[in-house]
Parts: sequence; C-alpha cells; structure tokens
Amino acid sequence: MEQTTEYAPVFTGDNRKRLDEVLARYPAKRAGLLAALWMVQEQHGWVSDEAMAETADVLGLTPSYIKGVVTFYTMYHQHPVGKTFVQVCTTTPCNICGAEEVVEAFLEHTGCGDLGATSPDGKFTVIEVECLGACGFATPVMMNEDVIENVTPEKVPDLVKQYS
Amino acid sequence: MGYPHKPHEKETVILSEYFGDAEARSYDGWVKRGGYKALKASLEMQPAEVVEIVKSSGLRGRGGAGFPTGVKWSFMPKEKSKPHYLCCNADEAEPGTFKDREIMRWTPHALIEGCAIAQYAIQAEITYIYIRGEFTEPLRIMQAALDDAYGNGVLGDNAMGSGRRLDMYIHRGAGAYICGEETALMNSIEGQRGNPRIRPPFPAASGVFGMPTTINNVETLAAVPHIINRGPEWYKSLSLNNEKSCGTKLFSVSGHVQRPGNYEVTMGFPLGELINDLCGGMRQGRTLKACIPGGSSVPILNREETESCLLDYEGCVEMGTMLGSGGVIVFDDSADMVYQTMRLARFYAHESCAQCTQCREGTGWTVRILERILAGQGEPKDLDLLLDLADQMTGKTICVLSDSCAAVVISTIKRFRNEFEAYMAGTREPGVVAAGVG
Repeated sequence: MEQTTEYAPVFTGDNRKRLDEVLARYPAKRAGLLAALWMVQEQHGWVSDEAMAETADVLGLTPSYIKGVVTFYTMYHQHPVGKTFVQVCTTTPCNICGAEEVVEAFLEHTGCGDLGATSPDGKFTVIEVECLGACGFATPVMMNEDVIENVTPEKVPDLVKQYS
Repeated sequence: MGYPHKPHEKETVILSEYFGDAEARSYDGWVKRGGYKALKASLEMQPAEVVEIVKSSGLRGRGGAGFPTGVKWSFMPKEKSKPHYLCCNADEAEPGTFKDREIMRWTPHALIEGCAIAQYAIQAEITYIYIRGEFTEPLRIMQAALDDAYGNGVLGDNAMGSGRRLDMYIHRGAGAYICGEETALMNSIEGQRGNPRIRPPFPAASGVFGMPTTINNVETLAAVPHIINRGPEWYKSLSLNNEKSCGTKLFSVSGHVQRPGNYEVTMGFPLGELINDLCGGMRQGRTLKACIPGGSSVPILNREETESCLLDYEGCVEMGTMLGSGGVIVFDDSADMVYQTMRLARFYAHESCAQCTQCREGTGWTVRILERILAGQGEPKDLDLLLDLADQMTGKTICVLSDSCAAVVISTIKRFRNEFEAYMAGTREPGVVAAGVG
C-alpha cells in the first residue's frame, strides 16, 4: 500500500506574515506567486499538487493556473530531489572549458549515474543547467543555494564529501 | 579572474572601481566613496532635467539593444494620470555575460542609486529589480543593501529628505532565460509564465500591471550616477573616434583565454587587444579560432574579423555582428564549431517559451539536424535545410529568441562550413552526443 503523509500547510504563522509583506509590494495578488512558490519549495523541497492547491487558495488563483507557472520555471521542482541539488553549467562558454567532464565526475562520485536521477542514498540529484551567468569562472556549479566557481573534475570528490 | 585584482592599465575603470572592495557594499562605505550625491542632486532638479542630462550624455542601453537611455525615459507620459513603474533587468542569463552579477555583488548601492535616479526621472513610485533565481549571492547582497538604504532614509516615504516617496523591491526569478526579454520580465513580475508580449503597446504606454513602465539593464542604470556627478559632456568624451558610442562598457570574457573575467574599457576598444593584452592571450600553445563578441545571440566572428573588430555598437555591426551585452566568448583551435553550434541551439530550444511555432519547432528541429550531423549521419542537403530553417526563424516571432538561434546557425555555417562538411564527408570522427535535454 502506498504510504501517505499528511500535507503540512506552508502559509501559516510566520510564513503567512512573510507572504503578506510580499503581497504589499504589488498592486495585484497574483504578483506574489513566484515568491510564494519559493516559500513552498523552501519548506517542502519541491512543489507538490497539494502545495499548488494551497497556493491557489491563498492567492485566489486556480491550481491549473499555478501548475502552468510552476512548469514554466525550471527552478521549481515538480518532484522530490536529493538533499543536495547539483546544477552543472554546460552551455558553450563552460562547455569548451570542460564542463561535460565535471558532469561525469559528479554523476560518478555522487552515485547518481544518470542526469536527473537521485542517488540511492537520497543525498544528490545532478542535472545539466543552461548558463548560470558565471562564464568567466568555468565551470560554475550550483549546489543548492551555493554557486561554486572554477570547478574541475579533480575538485568534485571533495565537494561531494562536503555536501554529503 | 575574480575580484579583487588590480585593473589592467588599458582599462578605464569607472563602474568597476570598487569591485573587490567589500566595504563599498555597505551604505556607510558607499557614502564614504561619494555615493548618493548624484541622487541628492537629482532630487533637487526637475525630473525632465534629469532626463535631459542622460539624453545628452549619449548613454545607450547595455542590455543588448543599445537604445539611447534618455530617449527611452522621455517616452514616459509627462502628465501623470496613472502609476508609473521602473523595472531593472537583472535577469542576466545571456551565455557569455556575467557583468551585472559583479555590479550587484560589489556595488549594490551604485545600482540602487541609479535606479532611484531613473525612478525619479520617469516619475515612478516603485522600482522592481528582477534578479534571476540562480543569482543567490547577488540576491542576498542586494537585499541587504536595500534594507540599508531604507534604514538610512535613501528610500521610503521621504527619500533623502526630498519629501518624495521612492520604493524599491527585489523580484526573484525562478529559472527562465526568456524573462530577460522586457515584456516577459513584466509578465513574470505579474506572477505569470514568462511569455513575451506582442508590441505595441510598448512598455512606456502599457508595461507592468498595464501601467507606463521603463525597463533598463543593471549596467545602464549603474552608469547614471556617474553621469549626474561628472556631467554629460564628460561621459560623451569617453569615446574612441565614434561619437555614437560613448562611455565605458564592461566586457565579460570567457572561454579559452589565459585570464577570463570582466574588463571595463572605453567604447571602441579593439577586441584583439582585449583578448591579447588584457586577457593575456590564448591558452598555452593554442591559437585564436573564433569569437562571439556580444553574448551568444550575436553572430560569431572568425579570427581575422575578431582581430580587426572595434568594440562599440557601430564597430561590431561593421563586422557583421553586434555588441549585444558584451559577453565575449573566445574559442581556440581545439573547439569543435559544429558541436558548439549544437550546444547553443540546445540552449535556445531549452529556453524557448514555445508561444511561436517558428521558435518552438525551429529550435528543436535545428538541434536534431545538428545532432544527426554530429553522429555522422548528415546528408549534403542538411546545411541548406539548416539555413532554410534559420530563414523561417528570423523576423517572424514575438521576440528575438528564435532569431538569436538562427543567427548562431547562419553565422557559424558561413564562417566554418568546412567543419560541417567534414562531418558529412566522414573525414571527421562522429562526436559523442550527450542525450538531449531540450
């Protein structure tokens, strides 16, 4: 039988206050949506259907509208990911400086094996990302909220250890 | 090369003067370095006077299009009947470009001051600074500086004692290159998918929340306080034999050079000198093959063109390319131009908002043809097919993402046709093509 855990609402107490502060910056409630989704992801690690329903309720929007927005922006996770989400930039400026070897090293040392897959221990998910805006510091890698510059395959084992 | 480091003697350091100086990040540190004088002076003028100064300085947009900034500001309604907005475009995501990131990391108050001056000039109540979601460190630093600016009365209900209310907020993006397109950015602020809008109406008539809006790039706004402090004539004089392009410009250099990083030079600076002197030339034992001078969306140059290109709006056009955002991507003789064209096409396919058929289908189709060529299964007619497709993708869509993808394909085939043909002829080892992500 599938295990179900009860959904913990996001927009209560302090979070509700934080959201109200954000909403006060805009003439329309809908404008708070991106910030609200960030708050959801901060608490749950991803944006589930239940979270979309709660957000829709709070902002007076429909769940389908929210889904349309969530699926547009790549940084919102539509399924659970590893404890550390690793994004390696492989767009041209980094690509010509060896970014694909950095990806290989991450896939190997985290045990993820494939792009987008989570490691068996649940610690890592590795993806290729399009341009992180740090092209002069190839290869930049985002590990959760940290951007690490000048990553080479040799530096990967230590980074994996540090974030384990 | 990260900061701090000493500027190269050929740089003209204005915007980047305090890059690497952590003290400049605080309100007190910024004031000690002459900060907020320009805002104070601006608030003592009439808004129209400020617009006039910026107009006569010759400042042009640093985000890519190069539109005269003062002229853009003057499009805003003079008689106010509705709220006005300023949007600051800090959604820096053009491959090869990483200058706005440094402005926000090191001199956040320069940006806040520039925004506040622009906001006053166009009579806007609110500025939204739209920062891309991946810029976590710039976000933190900008938020701290904004709090500091509010705490010290720069912003808020009595901005610098002027009796005027100026509000400024950060809006965090969530991963979408297209949100750097001005109307997509506005939709994204409104809590929508970042789809570009059909123009007209233009933002000055109907922008964010349907209200008159001006949108400027980070680097453009950061230049404004200097123009107010030192005068438009001074700014206009910063030019190398071309009065249409003046001021300094930050160039982000990436790829196969000895010292990649940001360099600030006077408009019109030779691209060859930027690569050979400031960046220390190519990696050991390698030679220059190609260069994209203005971010991935502008046509690529071969070696000869690179060595004779002058870095200003007109100089780049003369070489058949554009100054764009100043993202200089340098390729040496080891680069596989066919593979890199495919990578760039894949970028555009991934980032297409998918509203327009030419872009949604065209970018993906381009990737698949290039992958086929790389796998050694290309046919001679594929190059014509790619060019025909690129033609269908140019000038037919709501925004220029599709055109940008086409420009990459057209310009690379034009300059490096032999590399494509080598794959077709089987004289080049089929490349290993990683699984598509588009």
